Amino acid sequence: MVPILETKNLTMDFGGLRAVDNINFHINEGEIVALIGPNGAGKTTFFNCITGVYKPTGGDIFIAPDGTHSERINGLKPNIVTEKGLARTFQNIRLFQNMTVLENVMIGRHCRLSAGILGAILRTKATLAEEKKVVDDSYEILEEIGLTKFANEFAKNLPYGAQRRLEIARAMATDPFLLLLDEPAAGMNPQETKELDEMILHIRKNKKISILLIEHDMSLVMSVSEKIFVVDYGKLIAEGTPDEIKKNPEVIKAYLGDETDA
Amino acid sequence: MDLSYFFELFLGGMTRGSIYALIALGYTMVYGIIKLINFAHGEIYMIGAFTALIISSVLGFTGMNSILILVISGVLAIFFSSAYGVTMEKIAYKPLREAPRLSALISAIGMSMFLQNYVLLAQTPDFLPFPTLIPDFKFLKPIEKILNSTQLVILVTTAVVMILLTILIKFTRTGKAMRATSQDAKMAQLLGININRVITITFIIGSATAAIGGVLISSHTGQLNYYIGFIAGIKAFVAAVLGGIGSIPGAVLGSFVLGWTESFGTGYISSDYEDVFAFIFLLVILIFRPSGILGRSQNDKV
Amino acid sequence: MSNLVKYFSLKEIKKSLVITLWFMVLTFPIMVIKVNTIENTVIWRWGYLAIIAIGSFILSTLWRYMMERKSLQAGKESKISLQQKLREMGEKNPRLKRGALAAVVVLVVAYPFATSMYQTGIMTTALMYVVLGLGLNIVVGLGGLLHLGYAAFYAVGAYTYALLHVHFGIGFWVSLPIGAGLATILGILLAIPVLRLRGDYLAIVTLGFGEIVRIILENWNDFSYGPSGIANIPRPTLFGIHFKLQQATIFIYFIMVALVVFTIFIVRRLENSRMGRTWIAMREDEIASQSMGIDITKTKVTTFAIGAFWAGMIGVVFAAKTTFINPASFTLWESIIILCIVVIGGMGSIFGVVVGAGILILLPEYLRAFSQYRMLLFGAILVLMMVFRPGGIVTNVRKVYRIDKEKTGEAE
Ligand SMILES: Nc1ncnc2c1ncn2[C@@H]1O[C@H](COP(=O)(O)OP(=O)(O)O)[C@@H](O)[C@H]1O
Ligand SMILES: [Mg+2]
Repeated sequence: MVPILETKNLTMDFGGLRAVDNINFHINEGEIVALIGPNGAGKTTFFNCITGVYKPTGGDIFIAPDGTHSERINGLKPNIVTEKGLARTFQNIRLFQNMTVLENVMIGRHCRLSAGILGAILRTKATLAEEKKVVDDSYEILEEIGLTKFANEFAKNLPYGAQRRLEIARAMATDPFLLLLDEPAAGMNPQETKELDEMILHIRKNKKISILLIEHDMSLVMSVSEKIFVVDYGKLIAEGTPDEIKKNPEVIKAYLGDETDA
Repeated sequence: MDLSYFFELFLGGMTRGSIYALIALGYTMVYGIIKLINFAHGEIYMIGAFTALIISSVLGFTGMNSILILVISGVLAIFFSSAYGVTMEKIAYKPLREAPRLSALISAIGMSMFLQNYVLLAQTPDFLPFPTLIPDFKFLKPIEKILNSTQLVILVTTAVVMILLTILIKFTRTGKAMRATSQDAKMAQLLGININRVITITFIIGSATAAIGGVLISSHTGQLNYYIGFIAGIKAFVAAVLGGIGSIPGAVLGSFVLGWTESFGTGYISSDYEDVFAFIFLLVILIFRPSGILGRSQNDKV
Repeated sequence: MSNLVKYFSLKEIKKSLVITLWFMVLTFPIMVIKVNTIENTVIWRWGYLAIIAIGSFILSTLWRYMMERKSLQAGKESKISLQQKLREMGEKNPRLKRGALAAVVVLVVAYPFATSMYQTGIMTTALMYVVLGLGLNIVVGLGGLLHLGYAAFYAVGAYTYALLHVHFGIGFWVSLPIGAGLATILGILLAIPVLRLRGDYLAIVTLGFGEIVRIILENWNDFSYGPSGIANIPRPTLFGIHFKLQQATIFIYFIMVALVVFTIFIVRRLENSRMGRTWIAMREDEIASQSMGIDITKTKVTTFAIGAFWAGMIGVVFAAKTTFINPASFTLWESIIILCIVVIGGMGSIFGVVVGAGILILLPEYLRAFSQYRMLLFGAILVLMMVFRPGGIVTNVRKVYRIDKEKTGEAE
């Protein structure tokens, strides 16, 4: 088995600032892995490099959706990366505000559909069937995430916690093999965080999706993840099981320097 | 090749460039602070020129010395242009600071249409001759064909304005606040900088330099109408983008590059397509170097 | 309305007075002094100062009232759109809906016979702007790309017909699809260089593009006959039958009615299709839509191309209607008027564009006295619309998908 996602010496420079510094990372099929570190450590930038939003300035990114053949995806456009089966959420929620909740999820399905312009104009049988299926599938995802009651609301009118969940629903709609969640619990209350915890485990179990998670909420991180990677100033400073990480002196030092984030 | 023709075009291009620079400053400074292309900026320049025309005509009847007339109407042009600039910001842009960019842009286009038609209706749709207020300098007589008095005044004034502006931005508290705001407006606000004040000052400075440009160019061409701001505004904007929008030295450099391109292009190629050069230039620049000559390339933060 | 009363407190009146004074000073040179440097005259128009004073006092009070109302309403989604109301009414009462529809049909058919040729001509123009608005709406309203060179595609359609006629004697009906097709191709060609541009640069580049097309038409005499334009373009025929002027006017009217129906039919199907959804997603957030698997390049190209298609088509009709074209019909202001229709009517809404075209094209025709103020008012309305009602007159509503749990998924 090769890891489904692996980075080798991944590096990202912004002018003089090295936001991601030679990171070697891997996640295996079926795992839930957390990426933690103080604010500004480079976690989101790491996501952006993997998902093609930024073009990394050094290193390699490999994916192996089937667990055997790995493929280098550096510099591919974000939509291609998504087609290959990596889906993400955004730390600062980026929903399609003036579309309904259902439509947001339908957009996620887009890359798995094929209807073209002529089909849309002529309303061919195939197009109608596909449209019907995309509505059904999207609705099903909303059911799973518990958002059906908002289905026809504009995304901008949703409560904060629901917006975060919609981000996850939209990402799941792309049929990923790996879901990348950027601080999904940020701004959630303890009750919502608990539900999120269950949801993440549920997604892995029922959908067979592996999960990479950036999170500051340590109770969530410790309870769901099997493995944790810690970054600070763009560098990987530790990796291991939650128990190992808790005891790691480097990690404790990094966090003591910036206690508010822990 | 005729060398004197070359110099004529060179200095002609530099004159154009100076005017573009005076307008482009407003675009680039406003863009730096509120990240908006102020489509109506050309209209501020036009209003400056028109104000100068009106004041100088009125003063002309008093038999005042023409240099004094020039100074008074210039100062009033600066005052009124700045007043229009500030008022425009309060009405059309301030309420839209948090709105999507598209809304602010459309609002700016609306402002531009409004101001053009306001001057058209209140004054006249026709071209009016602009009085000759700049005296003929004797010492320029021998090279008159290459450089006349008005051009010299334009070049010198532009240089002085640029130097003053550089001093203002580099060395004063206000300048520091402006630079901080253009780097990161939210952060600047947290650090106690009064953003509204900075924006107002930016509009005043941008409008003032545009007014100077308007008065000078009208003296140079000897005529004006309500529409002069539009094309000049667009070209100055092109110059600002060329140099790298948000960068003040970039705006100046871009303006001269554009001025020379137009001057040599019309002089050596064809004058029918004068306005096309700017746009083609813009397209090429934006495709190959979207951040402009001096602008920093930027990844949008995600 | 009751809280308007508080604007008559001393403090508020003082505020209004200060603003009034400011505007009196501000507008003084341009409003009060009218100079004519040709005849060397100066006219002082003190009356205007009074108008400005009264006007700015009232407007400044009203402005603050509206601002307060806006900030009170912020966040509350209480406004139900006109479109939604009509839709609900239609759903509750299908017979009313059918009746209204029938009335519209009768009205549209009877219009040219019940009114004069002049009126028919104006209505035809309004219908042309409906299609132009719907086309630009795809780019600006749905795609969120501020396009200021739309008139160039309109010009392409018009010149296609004119030149095909002059050189090859090709008629209206053959030119119609060719004009639309060439505009579409030009739309694709324009989309390619501007793909990487951000919103505000895009506006300027498209503006430049529109100007380039116009300047070329003006100066390339051998190709386009320059500023003098092309005359004697034939009106449309029907199976080879040539009409007299009056019949032709009515015929073009019906062609436009058909084209409007055709456009609405197609645009409605597109906007709620897989492709249409990508346009809106792109408008909402380019980065997020890319990350959700949307090919932004393709999406931009399709909005530009499909938007241009309609302008090209209407360009052909324009040439046939006026029988004479020159570059002056395709200036930047033409593009901006079409933009006004989209923005004022309601970005993204088909019904809004119809309303917008009706208001912007018909009103100035009937209120001739105001026609010189047209552009002034449009400008002011654009600003006010963005500040107080950015959704336009008809705010768009999204399609509601019905999910029938029994049979699962019956999309409306
Ligand atoms: N587009 C960008 N341009 C310049 N610097 C950036 C950009 N994106 C992120 N950075 C910088 O990279 C560093 C890491 O940021 P980020 O990845 O957002 O951290 P984290 O998600 O761990 O909080 C920060 O110093 C940030 O300012
Ligand atoms: Mg982050």
